[in-house]
Amino acid sequence: MNFVVCVKQTPDTAELPKISAAEAVSGDIKATLVLNPWDEFAVEEGLLLEDRFGGDVTVVTVGPEKATEALKDAIARGVKSAILLDDPAFAGSDAWGTAAILAAAIKKNGPADVILTGKMSVDGNSGLVAPGLARKLGATLLTQVTKIVDISGGKITVERMLEEGRETITVSLPAVVSVSKEINEPRYPSFMGIRKAAKAAIPVWKLGDLGLSAGAVGTGAAKANWTDVRKPPARSSQVVMVKEATVDATAAKLADLLMAEKVI
Amino acid sequence: MSILVYIEQFDGKAAPVSWEVLGKARTLVDQLGGKLAAVVIGAGVEGVAKEAVSYGADVVHLVEDPSLAAFRIDPYAAVVEDLVKTHSPKIVLFPATARSRDLSAVVACDLDAGLAADCSDLSLVDGGLAAVRPVFSGNLLTTVRFNGPLAVASVRARSFPTPEANPGRAGEIVKSGPVAPTTGIREEIKSFEATATGEVSLTDAKIIVSGGRGVAKDPELGFKLIKELTDTLGGAMGASRAAVDAGYIAYKHQVGQTGKVVRPDLYIAAGISGAIQHLAGMGNAKIIVAINKDAEAPIFSVANYGVVGDLYEVVPALNAEFKKRLG
Repeated sequence: MNFVVCVKQTPDTAELPKISAAEAVSGDIKATLVLNPWDEFAVEEGLLLEDRFGGDVTVVTVGPEKATEALKDAIARGVKSAILLDDPAFAGSDAWGTAAILAAAIKKNGPADVILTGKMSVDGNSGLVAPGLARKLGATLLTQVTKIVDISGGKITVERMLEEGRETITVSLPAVVSVSKEINEPRYPSFMGIRKAAKAAIPVWKLGDLGLSAGAVGTGAAKANWTDVRKPPARSSQVVMVKEATVDATAAKLADLLMAEKVI
Repeated sequence: MSILVYIEQFDGKAAPVSWEVLGKARTLVDQLGGKLAAVVIGAGVEGVAKEAVSYGADVVHLVEDPSLAAFRIDPYAAVVEDLVKTHSPKIVLFPATARSRDLSAVVACDLDAGLAADCSDLSLVDGGLAAVRPVFSGNLLTTVRFNGPLAVASVRARSFPTPEANPGRAGEIVKSGPVAPTTGIREEIKSFEATATGEVSLTDAKIIVSGGRGVAKDPELGFKLIKELTDTLGGAMGASRAAVDAGYIAYKHQVGQTGKVVRPDLYIAAGISGAIQHLAGMGNAKIIVAINKDAEAPIFSVANYGVVGDLYEVVPALNAEFKKRLG
């Protein structure tokens, strides 16, 4: 069984509030860059599937040379092989461009049965690469996955958490599976793993290696573009502190104020 | 048609956000010209199509078949893609629910159209869609603009008001059947276990009462009191990441950067300090009430009303007061 985990290098969540609009636009982000926190669950699930069903896990990312660090993080957790997809022509790709690059790399790497992704990146927040990848690969799509029940007979059965409840669904392989936070508890990189990652030689595949044309990816091919990146407007509210002689009187006053706001 | 809106239904009941999106699309079509179309897919869902007319659609494409009873991506996407190819709308809008988000992505990718996911506002600039969406986990906003003849967006719940339904409104319902083969579908739903009936989803909730680290002294009692107030107000129960990580309550209740982004009319934060990551998830609430023992807690700087006090006393007192007022 071949498993591929697609990851992204993103800012550390704790530092997201410090990122300016200018940094987001230029891509020159000063915050600490880490393996996208949602992708930790995908890496973990890849390793768990390797244990359960046998096979190999490959981790892959689209990004500049420094994105190798995100791949090394996955190696330090136990993934054996990694590929960096880096070419100046990839810059400015939208979700469909990124999906096309990943799909070409997955095809080149050999047939994959299950392709895992995190729910979304903490920077782009679109969650569109998984569906894009499924369509470009002709694979089935499973999102919001909270449990992989079984893989057998060319099919995968999972549980998904939807608004109205929990769905159990079986789809044919290959499948792109976008996992949710409830699926597992990601392990930490091990000491031995970190040593292995430091020494790992990670292949870099470029546009030509993937058989893609420059016009199919990057800024020129992007169908959706971010404009006017800005901080959200600050709340302009002035807090009214409610304090009466007793807790009950305070509660009564607050209840009156909220009834008057017509929000109840 | 100039705009097509996908109406999500589950078990014959429309997701309320569908009407919010349809209402906004109505105002956009009134500027853009042309017709506002909606698509309803399922089995035995004519009632939802009629509702779509009452909420503002000029034409509703009602696509029914037993094989379409439950949502599955391939057959549903085939229907929407066929409508887009036949009628060439400029804009296709979806609610940003789990299923519709997947559908929007598949349709846009197949048609090589740009997609803005989880939008919080929509407008027209030079006749083209300008879609506002949060990025960097709510810490930044961007306005997405599109290249190409088609723009696709999914819209978060409670971004727009629910339009007033007009049951007498005239509109055309066009019936048709499935587009893709009805056998050999790659997705097979094995079972579905519905969450407790009557539970309001956080993203659709008008009122949310949330608990945080402040319940540490007795988490079980703390969330019981919060639940009682939630039920009195007919709202949904939320929590901060701290409370979820500590194991006080399930992840599905988490509000914030790594949980749900909500937009209620009223958000009551009990024992939540108001970390910036939490504010990223609820900062767009109309009215925020903070209840916290620590008068210096950052939550008070974004709240409209604040009470410095013990949530174990204030929350039940507030519950009793609302019970009196709401009968």
